[in-house]
Amino acid sequence: MTTVHVDAEGFLTEYDEWTDELAGQLAARIGIELTDEHWKAIRFLRADYPTHGETATLRRVSTLAGIPVKQLFALFPGKPAKKMAYIAGLPKPRGCV
Amino acid sequence: MMKRLVILGGGTAGTVVANKLRRRLSLDEWRITVIDRQRDHLYQPGLLFVPFGGREDLLRPRRRLLRNGVQLLIGEVASVDPERKSVRLFDGDVVGYDYLVIATGTSPRPDQTPGMLGPQWRRSIHDFYTYDGAFALREALQGFTGGRLVVHVVEQPIKCPVAPLEFTFLAEAFFRRREMRDQVELVYVTPLDGAFTKPIASRYLGRLLDERKITVETDFLVERVDAERKTLVSYDEREIDYDLLVTVPLNMGADFVGASGLGDELNYVPVDKHTLQSKANPDIFAVGDANDLPTSKAGSVAHFSSEVFVENFLQYVAGVAMTHRFDGHANCFVETGDGKGLLIDFNYDTEPLPGRFPLGRLGPLSLLRETKANHWGKLAFRWIYWHPLLRGRRLPVPSRMSMSGKHRPDEEVRP
Repeated sequence: MTTVHVDAEGFLTEYDEWTDELAGQLAARIGIELTDEHWKAIRFLRADYPTHGETATLRRVSTLAGIPVKQLFALFPGKPAKKMAYIAGLPKPRGCV
Repeated sequence: MMKRLVILGGGTAGTVVANKLRRRLSLDEWRITVIDRQRDHLYQPGLLFVPFGGREDLLRPRRRLLRNGVQLLIGEVASVDPERKSVRLFDGDVVGYDYLVIATGTSPRPDQTPGMLGPQWRRSIHDFYTYDGAFALREALQGFTGGRLVVHVVEQPIKCPVAPLEFTFLAEAFFRRREMRDQVELVYVTPLDGAFTKPIASRYLGRLLDERKITVETDFLVERVDAERKTLVSYDEREIDYDLLVTVPLNMGADFVGASGLGDELNYVPVDKHTLQSKANPDIFAVGDANDLPTSKAGSVAHFSSEVFVENFLQYVAGVAMTHRFDGHANCFVETGDGKGLLIDFNYDTEPLPGRFPLGRLGPLSLLRETKANHWGKLAFRWIYWHPLLRGRRLPVPSRMSMSGKHRPDEEVRP
């Protein structure tokens, strides 16, 4: 495994250090095996981040990528927003005080 | 040719901007128009106290709050046409502009959660972010004889993000005063993973909830309300029963923002986070809750950011570069019940820290600590709001956050 920069919680801090292969390893760590459905959400997050400047919320993913929130909970059980960001190598979504 | 500045919305941000710019722009060269749906301006921070008996001084005529020389037009905006530089109202009127400021805020939308609006709305399901809702909840609390009261937040961002916690603290104190605390189970349900968004404040507020025996249910993202069974149902099939539900519905920006292609998925206007200029059109700015700034949706942000906006706007219309930068400064009094409160002060980069405010060691207010002074500060703020703040006069609190008086806790914050 290559060395990458992460924060205290293990989230990648450098957008460009992320690779598809790394995503698979990160997912495995939290017990998720990536399917095409997972990739659709992750690809959206990756593409949205540079222009939007923030990790997309569940609502943003469901509205813009067309994946219902219910399905995001099925794909990334428990804390989908956090898990998606972790696998996509993006900062934890901010609660936006 | 008169230049035309049109401000949509006459709330906190719209009023401050109109009044400040009216003082700074020549009456011979500039026409300033504020368009709002309602004649009266609502003091939103006052709504928190209504369910517990507070009611005074919530509404004042907008006309009296705007300087002479600012036109007020009562009407509801249907859409904005950035190409033609015009605003269309629902009554058919069209208002042209040279520069547009969107200040239409954010509103609770109970229609966005299945099952929330229906025969039980304002009977067993309540909100307190609207004038009618706050008064209906007051009746419900007066008649509440015991059972499970659930305070619930649908999704972030919401305006005044500490208000649901404040409501919970005030409700707890209210039942204690009525000597029925042991007959009420209090549950706080949040989509976040803790009591609040920022770690230090979240730990501190979480402890206050613990001390007051309030159960916290985290990471709960509501899918629907089953009003017949009096149950909240989450996307991951968790269920929370209630006897009385006090919900904070999804907040969204005005519909015309989305309809005009100027908004994001929640109808907030994407802006440059330092200048508040719309990313879609350089002659459009969005101030207050209506924009997508990554900070609190709160009156303090509306006020601080409006000050920065005004300086930038004057540079922009003069054709020079905008040099003022908003830092995301926000501060809020947090009511914790029993005539006490705490105060938090933060910005884009610095989370709420303990310390003294606004003057370093002198205070007189304490940050992240429960004191009576902070409660009185919150009450005194009402006068400040109606008078110097809305009039656009300088206040002794700078728009930029200061680190003076703040300290990072070595570990845990001790109350």
